[in-house]
Amino acid sequence: MEPKDVSRRNFLRQAAWSGAALTLAAYLPTSGQTVPEIVNPVTNGTVPGTELMSWISISSTGKVTLMCNRSEMGQGTFQALPQMLAEELEVRLDDVEIVFAPANPEKYGPQPQEGSFSVRGWAPRLLRTGACAREMLTAAAATEWGVSRNDCYAEDGAVINRNTQKKLTYGALVEKAAKLTPPTEVILKKRTEYKIIGKSVPRKDIPLKTNGSAVFGLDKKLPGMKYAVIERSRRFRETVKRFDDSETRKVPGVSHVFKVKRPVFSQYCEGVAVVADSLWAAMQGRKVLKVDWNDTDFELPNTASLEKQMRENLQKIGPQPKFESEYDQCTQKLEAVYETPYQSHSCMEPLNCIADVRSDSIEIWGPIQEANWIQADLSQRFDVPVERVAVHMTFLGGGFGRKAFPDYPYEAALISKQIQAPVQVVWTREDDMTSGPFRPGAFYTLKGGLHANGRIHAFQAKTATQWIGQEWSPVPPPAPQAGGYNTGDFEGLLHPYRQGIPHYSFGGAGTHSPVPVMWWRSVYASTNGFACESFIDELAHLAGKDPLAFRREHLPSPRYQALIDRMADLTNWQSRAKNQGWGVAFTECFTGICGHAVKVVRNAEGKVRIEKVIALMDCGWYLNPDTIRAQVEGSIVMALGAATTHATTFEDGKAVQQNFDTYSMPRIADIPSIEVHIMENDEKPGGVGEPGLPPFAPALANAIFDLTGRRIRRLPFSLDEIL
Amino acid sequence: MPSYKLSVNGKAYTVEADAQMPLLWVIRDLIGLTGTKYGCGIAQCGACTIHLSGAPVRSCSFPVSAVGEQPVTTIEGLSEDNSHPVQRAWIAEQVPQCGYCQSGQIMSAVALLAGNANPDDEAINSAMNGNICRCGTYPRIRKAIKTAASYSH
Repeated sequence: MEPKDVSRRNFLRQAAWSGAALTLAAYLPTSGQTVPEIVNPVTNGTVPGTELMSWISISSTGKVTLMCNRSEMGQGTFQALPQMLAEELEVRLDDVEIVFAPANPEKYGPQPQEGSFSVRGWAPRLLRTGACAREMLTAAAATEWGVSRNDCYAEDGAVINRNTQKKLTYGALVEKAAKLTPPTEVILKKRTEYKIIGKSVPRKDIPLKTNGSAVFGLDKKLPGMKYAVIERSRRFRETVKRFDDSETRKVPGVSHVFKVKRPVFSQYCEGVAVVADSLWAAMQGRKVLKVDWNDTDFELPNTASLEKQMRENLQKIGPQPKFESEYDQCTQKLEAVYETPYQSHSCMEPLNCIADVRSDSIEIWGPIQEANWIQADLSQRFDVPVERVAVHMTFLGGGFGRKAFPDYPYEAALISKQIQAPVQVVWTREDDMTSGPFRPGAFYTLKGGLHANGRIHAFQAKTATQWIGQEWSPVPPPAPQAGGYNTGDFEGLLHPYRQGIPHYSFGGAGTHSPVPVMWWRSVYASTNGFACESFIDELAHLAGKDPLAFRREHLPSPRYQALIDRMADLTNWQSRAKNQGWGVAFTECFTGICGHAVKVVRNAEGKVRIEKVIALMDCGWYLNPDTIRAQVEGSIVMALGAATTHATTFEDGKAVQQNFDTYSMPRIADIPSIEVHIMENDEKPGGVGEPGLPPFAPALANAIFDLTGRRIRRLPFSLDEIL
Repeated sequence: MPSYKLSVNGKAYTVEADAQMPLLWVIRDLIGLTGTKYGCGIAQCGACTIHLSGAPVRSCSFPVSAVGEQPVTTIEGLSEDNSHPVQRAWIAEQVPQCGYCQSGQIMSAVALLAGNANPDDEAINSAMNGNICRCGTYPRIRKAIKTAASYSH
């Protein structure tokens, strides 16, 4: 959903961001309750004090604890959510402790970490929650002094009497405040009144990550915990025919060997677990385990067969008659095919999870993006009431979508149940890289027609990819769809241009494959953006127009005009000479808009190299500029890898790349100069963690075209091979 | 099982381990220092980087039996309180995102600066190219190494 109407945007802006009176939403306070025991991965302690709201606890000494209900995988959420609470609560971030909230949807709301949602989705609720708690504390102080609420104000963790300058700390007020009924309306601060929102406050998790004390999933230990590794089918749908564990059982420390499975959407992948007293022993036991697999009755895909299917599917997407008649009227026409590969997430922390399953309860610790989903999934699959399933988040060593999938917690629970002890399941790098789910490859046919004035009159995108929504099922995907006329929605594909292009159509066809697929940072936009913004560039050249000026013509909204103006300034676009190696691209996804300008050069050996990247993020109302810069820098590096250094290919039904020796990652020497700038405006908060990624590949490809005249239409490509 | 005497961060430990057991698992699972990370197991990513007699080593591929008398330093051994210049620079430049690779990055950077007090970009590239960061913190790593170098000037 894109808010197109400027007046509607203004309304939302007024309502949500200008200090208007707001009604409190759900997940609000259960006053006076004691705090449940919460495992804090930082201190392994419990939260002291009285819980003022679901999210805020204050001890009698004034120690403030703020909850983070979403996982921290590098994107800054650990601090972002408390930063919003602290602003309206009127406490300094230095004075608060942050802890991860366990899965508890009734108390903390839904907790999935996806869709670049933390700030854009939670800002209204958390600002209101912080303000609400502040009002309760202020009201308690007013009652204590026998004065009007308006005679009091809150500052730095205390309430102050305006007339007498007397002060009561939150610690002294919390017990009385917790007995009050929360107000139904609160006044939020104006943006100009913020003390910590909008500032680059240092992240509280960073010192834990420079001395080895941050507890990731793999670092968590429980007393009596066993370790498990799993010999896995590399062909996704193979089942265990038989296994020989005679050598495995001779390895000192190995205690159990048995068949296991993990859920992948509607099906299961099978494997054989080796459980031992130490991880090393389990790994040694796995090395000598012999497993025979049933490898018949399903397709064994390879990259060539998957690509053939996608090319054929593009041909099967029928014409959209109304679109075709408009396209026929165009004076200049262009059609091109774009191709993008499957990708692995390859988080630096391989998948792992601890489970402790008892007769009537399940407890999980791990690097988990989707605490609620895992709680609900395990409750259902093991028939344990949801309130008896506890899911504790550790820090995540990367996530990128992969750690939102519930398969590895299921494995841990299954093994714990079988051995009746707590167990940590650890995936090796090879397991992690070859088992999926992967980002699906996507192929595109794009068609564009220009009118005599050089403007785009008609634009069509046909996409052949493996639909994540279709899930992993033996049922073939639906027949290729011709798509509608001026309707349809592919994330990151043509989003901003729809106001400027009168006729467009999207068609799609799903790949049928046993390869499991799922979301990967920026999801479909990661490939859609490449196809779309490269092709817009092709149309600009067809029209004989400057690529930035051509985009300006087709992106009429004031927000985009401002973005393009700023990009022109940052790149000194007007003074650049043609064929100097500049390329630009703009994409919009997860309500964040980002533009990249890439400058490429030839080095002394004649090889094309990236000299610099200038990124411009428009995420509207924003929280922490340095976190935004960090996320965009990281997105550029991840996009650089996906565009130029790695892809997952398949042979004989297996993923070929098993580790970083063949799945090459960008390294420090590959990284160009990166500048990140943030647009200042009063738009609603938009996504950040994902929207910074999609424009990189097309901006790079467009820059290479500008320098060399060679159009890149397939990813990945090697910079070394560009002539 | 053979027994090994190790000096880790200045403390003496005796561990019983298979001779081929990589130092990484000895440090993490037998000694219990979990700041050193498992990333790839084949010395390709650098997440497991520690120092042996001050030199950077990928502990995932270094058998415990090869350590001998050499003192081991891990991320936990750099300082008691995050006060090592490289740790301070990492915090000042807000380098980590997910943080998983950063112990290894920091250990590589400390070794670089021990041998080259003022590394240029080329020296940084060469010393740090064995450490992968999937979050893409490389621009900040480069900056933080230069910041750390400036602290001693």
